[in-house]
Amino acid sequence: MRTWLFRNVLRSPLTMPAPKPSAAALAELATRVDQTARQRLGRSLAIRQVDAGSCNGCELEIHALNNAFYDLERFGLHFVASPRHADVLLVTGPVTVNMKEALERTYAATPDPKWVVAVGDCGRDGGVFAGSYACVGGVAEVIPVDLHIPGCPPSPMQLLEGLLALLQAQ
Amino acid sequence: MSVSVLQTVLENGQAVAAHRPWPRVIVTAETWTVLGSGLAGGAWTLLGLWGEVGWVHLALHESTSGFIGVASLACPEGRFPALGRLHPPAQRLERAISDLVGLQPVAAPDTRPWLDHGRWPLRHPLGNARAPTQPLPPYRFLPAEGESLHQIPVGPVHAGIIEPGHFRFTANGETVVRLEERLGYVHKGIEHLLSGASLEQAARLVGRVSGDSTVAYALAFARAVEAATATEIPTRAHWLRALMAELERLAHHCGDIGAICNDAAFALMLAHCAVLREQVLRASAACFGHRLLMDVVVPGGVARDLAASDVDLLRALVTDLRRQFAPLVELYDNTASLQDRTVGTGFVRPVLIQQFGCGGPIGRAGGRAFDARFTSAYPPYEQLGFAPLTRTDSDVNARVWLRIGEVGQSLALIEQILDQLPIGPVRVDVSRSGQAGEGMALIEGFRGDILVWLRLNADGTVARCHPRDPSWFQWPLLEAAIEGNIVADFPLCNKSFNGSYSGHDL
Ligand code: SF4
Repeated sequence: MRTWLFRNVLRSPLTMPAPKPSAAALAELATRVDQTARQRLGRSLAIRQVDAGSCNGCELEIHALNNAFYDLERFGLHFVASPRHADVLLVTGPVTVNMKEALERTYAATPDPKWVVAVGDCGRDGGVFAGSYACVGGVAEVIPVDLHIPGCPPSPMQLLEGLLALLQAQ
Repeated sequence: MSVSVLQTVLENGQAVAAHRPWPRVIVTAETWTVLGSGLAGGAWTLLGLWGEVGWVHLALHESTSGFIGVASLACPEGRFPALGRLHPPAQRLERAISDLVGLQPVAAPDTRPWLDHGRWPLRHPLGNARAPTQPLPPYRFLPAEGESLHQIPVGPVHAGIIEPGHFRFTANGETVVRLEERLGYVHKGIEHLLSGASLEQAARLVGRVSGDSTVAYALAFARAVEAATATEIPTRAHWLRALMAELERLAHHCGDIGAICNDAAFALMLAHCAVLREQVLRASAACFGHRLLMDVVVPGGVARDLAASDVDLLRALVTDLRRQFAPLVELYDNTASLQDRTVGTGFVRPVLIQQFGCGGPIGRAGGRAFDARFTSAYPPYEQLGFAPLTRTDSDVNARVWLRIGEVGQSLALIEQILDQLPIGPVRVDVSRSGQAGEGMALIEGFRGDILVWLRLNADGTVARCHPRDPSWFQWPLLEAAIEGNIVADFPLCNKSFNGSYSGHDL
């Protein structure tokens, strides 16, 4: 294992240069997040991911943010295990009726100030599942949303561009 | 192949004409119970159990002959004899039928709702739907009694980037004496959305039943449609579909191997496996325009052809992955502290694997040599050299090694496919005969065998479609796997299963 680690120290990193924050995301944040809240953004942010009914496709791409190519943590963004430790809720899915209360409770358990990012076409408006008896619709139907990152699923690059906008929102 | 007893039993019934490729037969309540006893006796394996207004349907597989058939029982009174009383793997499926369609399994051992948490605006959405008149009683978890037992409720919101579900552990100190799962949190009403959908809409929906198996689901849906409409698709399309299915398997097996090791606190493996996984997804995007390959497999063929230059890209990918994967396997093999966590952990008795017809790497790591690519040999797999890998140790370590073996197998299959890829068109229009029809398909996804059954209306829209995820027969075994293990090993066991919540909850 030691040779293994040594070899990797000598290898050049796979990590890609940082993308520019998404202009659409910056614009959305500018209209939704007020000045004082924006001053608190732009620092290291703890993210709690909540699957509120996704098909798990969005989760796969959120996971990918942690791989060596995207390396989310270099930007001071990291995933935490509890909403009590979170600044940002990253919510996926068309919010199923059976998950609505769990999402509301997770939101309530997150200390202020907090921001909500709705991921995927489902998180925006229910996507392909819109109109079902078992789905509420987009995340904004249940809790206030500050930023949408659409896509089915959004690629890790699109996710990164959206999240970087949170860091630059001041 | 030996003579099929199942076929003989089903011949007593009345065959439904427009069901392809396997027969569907209307049976009496007596035959229904005979089939239940055969399942309980291990003669046949349960492939699926679903309902619609006035009917329940049962799909079975006979491993000795390879015969597959569907039995349908009319339920004019809204009831049917419960199979779960004879054969436990049917229980959750029957609870789901009761929730969704409103048909009651008579003498069922467990009458609690399953997917319906009492929150939907409708009761029996796939049956005679109506607004609930009274609330469901509170859900009763099974009792566990004894001195110094305590309970640990977990979920539905979990600590990682994973799907929601509830786990109720009863533990004695560190040791789990019982785990009870409660699922249904991500029920999206997919079957309801499918009824009346156009083929295009339905293909998109079925491709999102479980996003990680989008190719396998889209393939199962497409093959069921093609069976129902007697559509012949171009040969090249078969080969490209298999290529995508293997890319999907490769990506997720790499991811799973890393994730299992990570849950044994060996993060190095995750870091490297995640790189391999990302390389596969990037190659998929370069070749077919979508990282997860969503919406590329469609009824009638594939939506996008593979360019000649992309063949070289994929060959390079295979070579590169082989080079990078070999030392990772060596690392796993040589890290005693890691194997200390995985060997002997999460053991599932092979008899349970057989009884539940548990598929995929979990089934094969427990001695069940079932692989739909091989067993129901849809094209082009009958022309490719490969046979299912199996092990008998049936623990977390076995599931890791099985996936390692299947990574190698998928790489070899991709090479074979690229070598033999026929030329020609990749898509035809689905035949529109103006007649209703029924079709079924069984496809091996990375997680196990996916069943899709459907009936099409004469106008080409979907009348009823039922997708059955492999997880239905895997989740119950996770409850068995954790018994006697320590609570701290649950994430490890769970990752080694990697059941789909979305695919199960529908
Ligand atoms: S946006 Fe697409 S990938 Fe994400 S949860 Fe919805 S269907 Fe799945």
